Amino acid sequence: MVKKQEAEWQLRLYIAGQTPKSIKALSNIKKYAEDNLAGKYSIEIIDLLKNPQLAEGDQILAVPTLVRKFPEPIRKIIGDLSNEEKVLVGLNIKPLKAKV
Amino acid sequence: MKSKKSDLSLKNDHFTFPKTPTGIDGLDEITNGGFPKGRPTLICGSAGCGKTLLAMQFLIKGAIEYKEPGVFMSFEESSKELMLNVKSLGFDVEKLSKDKKIVIDHVRVERSEIEEAGEYDLDGLFIRLGHAIDSIKAKRVVLDTIESLFSGLDNTAILRAELRRLFHWLKDKGVTAVITGERGEGTLTRQGLEEYVSDCVILLDHRVIDQVSTRRLRIVKYRGSTHGTNEYPFLIDEEGISVLPITSLKLNNKVSSEIVSTGVKGLDEMFFGKGFYKGSNILISGTAGTAKTTLAAYFANEQCTKKERVLYFAFEESPHQLIRNMRSIGIDLEKHVKSGLLQIHSSRPSLNGLELHLLTLRKLIREFNPSAVVIDPISNLISVGNDNEVKSMLVRLIDLLKVNNITALLTSLSQQTEKKVNEMVEDSVSSLVDTWITVRDMEGIGERNRGIYIIKARGMGHSNQVREFVINSQGIELLDVELGPNGILTGSARKSNALNKKVSAFKLQNELDQKDREIARKRKVLEANIEALRNEFESVEDELNRLKTIESLQNKLVHEQKEGNTVNKKNKK
Repeated sequence: MVKKQEAEWQLRLYIAGQTPKSIKALSNIKKYAEDNLAGKYSIEIIDLLKNPQLAEGDQILAVPTLVRKFPEPIRKIIGDLSNEEKVLVGLNIKPLKAKV
Repeated sequence: MKSKKSDLSLKNDHFTFPKTPTGIDGLDEITNGGFPKGRPTLICGSAGCGKTLLAMQFLIKGAIEYKEPGVFMSFEESSKELMLNVKSLGFDVEKLSKDKKIVIDHVRVERSEIEEAGEYDLDGLFIRLGHAIDSIKAKRVVLDTIESLFSGLDNTAILRAELRRLFHWLKDKGVTAVITGERGEGTLTRQGLEEYVSDCVILLDHRVIDQVSTRRLRIVKYRGSTHGTNEYPFLIDEEGISVLPITSLKLNNKVSSEIVSTGVKGLDEMFFGKGFYKGSNILISGTAGTAKTTLAAYFANEQCTKKERVLYFAFEESPHQLIRNMRSIGIDLEKHVKSGLLQIHSSRPSLNGLELHLLTLRKLIREFNPSAVVIDPISNLISVGNDNEVKSMLVRLIDLLKVNNITALLTSLSQQTEKKVNEMVEDSVSSLVDTWITVRDMEGIGERNRGIYIIKARGMGHSNQVREFVINSQGIELLDVELGPNGILTGSARKSNALNKKVSAFKLQNELDQKDREIARKRKVLEANIEALRNEFESVEDELNRLKTIESLQNKLVHEQKEGNTVNKKNKK
């Protein structure tokens, strides 16, 4: 959302309408990003109800799904992102201390 | 939809469960019309038993034959792979998808890419599927294999709830869905999908018995409809799946009273109708080397000469060998092959499983549309299946031929001495065939002769004699029955009998001549005797005449004397 271009971290959040889970996920990722990647990230929100054809591109199954488009490789995190630890590890923001 | 439903119910006179025809050969027959319309159907089975293909064929046939577009959602193979796989079966999915008849959507679930953090649902999948369905107004949906989700996602509680919701949603959408599932231990599917999809469950199975594999299909359940309950063999070949109902339907085929010739003059005469009924089945059984193939070739030749199409399945000889061998007895099959009336199809019985053989027969029959079929020999198929399989295959084969009103001539090798496997063919077939001819060896006095007789001929009187026949360069010739003192004579006994007859005829003639001569002699004697007697008689007669003359002379003299005396007396006076 901030700094559309050349953001170091390009995130994309797929949702399906304004469900409680979607809202929760959005607020969660915003919080984590602000906390950890302030100024270096962008978040694109795609509502599949409006653009269903986009679901195929990123192989979206579950909603909500957070996709890290950049840096490569692509990572996906599904769920309302309430588990901060998992999200940060999943996005590789936090060094993998829990993962090993 | 509705009009179709009422059509069906009109036809059957009572309500018929609405169904979606699968378009798969045979499957519609055993499901009484197809899968339940607007409901999900589960197809389960172990790896490599044809689930994906069955589902794909359901979709393709729907798009092509029933104008029902479909969505294929694959969780395993990519769209490209799928297209390539079915292309070899003659389905051009690429074109169908360009024409918006079919959408193939590959849902990739990569565990390594996905991290789960918190609550989620599968709306993404719903939306994708919904979008695909709406974009082409799909009526059919395939989910192959949805259980892959379980390996990609951890939270099975959510998954299960979502799957349940998915199937409900599909029902609400009114699409006929096919869901495939891998077979699990003790359950139909690994994840127990049968709990959610319970309207129609079809189980596929792939078994190898005696190194020959057979695929089978069974309808485990079908809510709201009757269905065939047996295990039905099915095949996958270059045209996709075909299911073969074990016994087709009823015995209500039309029959013909037309007669077709056997091709052998003498054999025709053994049937009071001068041949076989058209569309009937004829079994020629016999031990090795009793000219079964020759009889079959005669029959084929005869049909071809009458411009009928004949399909000849040779399980022992190659077409060239058959043609060469038959030429040696004066039958030219080659010209019929060239003119296209005769098609010889040779294959080794062990090449395929029985079912594939049956399917090959079925397909060739459909393509070639013959009026007569020869299978030589049917007993060779025994080597590729067990008793029951062979039996059921033969039943279906004969059914198939009967329904199409094809005259079928089957040969069967039997073993004379030991009643073994091959007798079984006859046992199982004999009650099915209409006409049964046996050729056999008649051994005796150091030689072997061939005899032919009719065991049965349904609906036709026939000779009860065992006729001897010989094969020479002119072909088969049935010999007239030669009765000897101890029954029918054959071979050299026949010849010696003929010689004996000749000799005795000669003897008789001799005797007659002798007798004639004797009579002539006797007559001569008789005549001589008669002559002698006559001479004697004549001499006696002569004597008598002489005496009579003398007497009359004397009398005359006496009389004259007397008269002279009186004159003298008168003169004296």
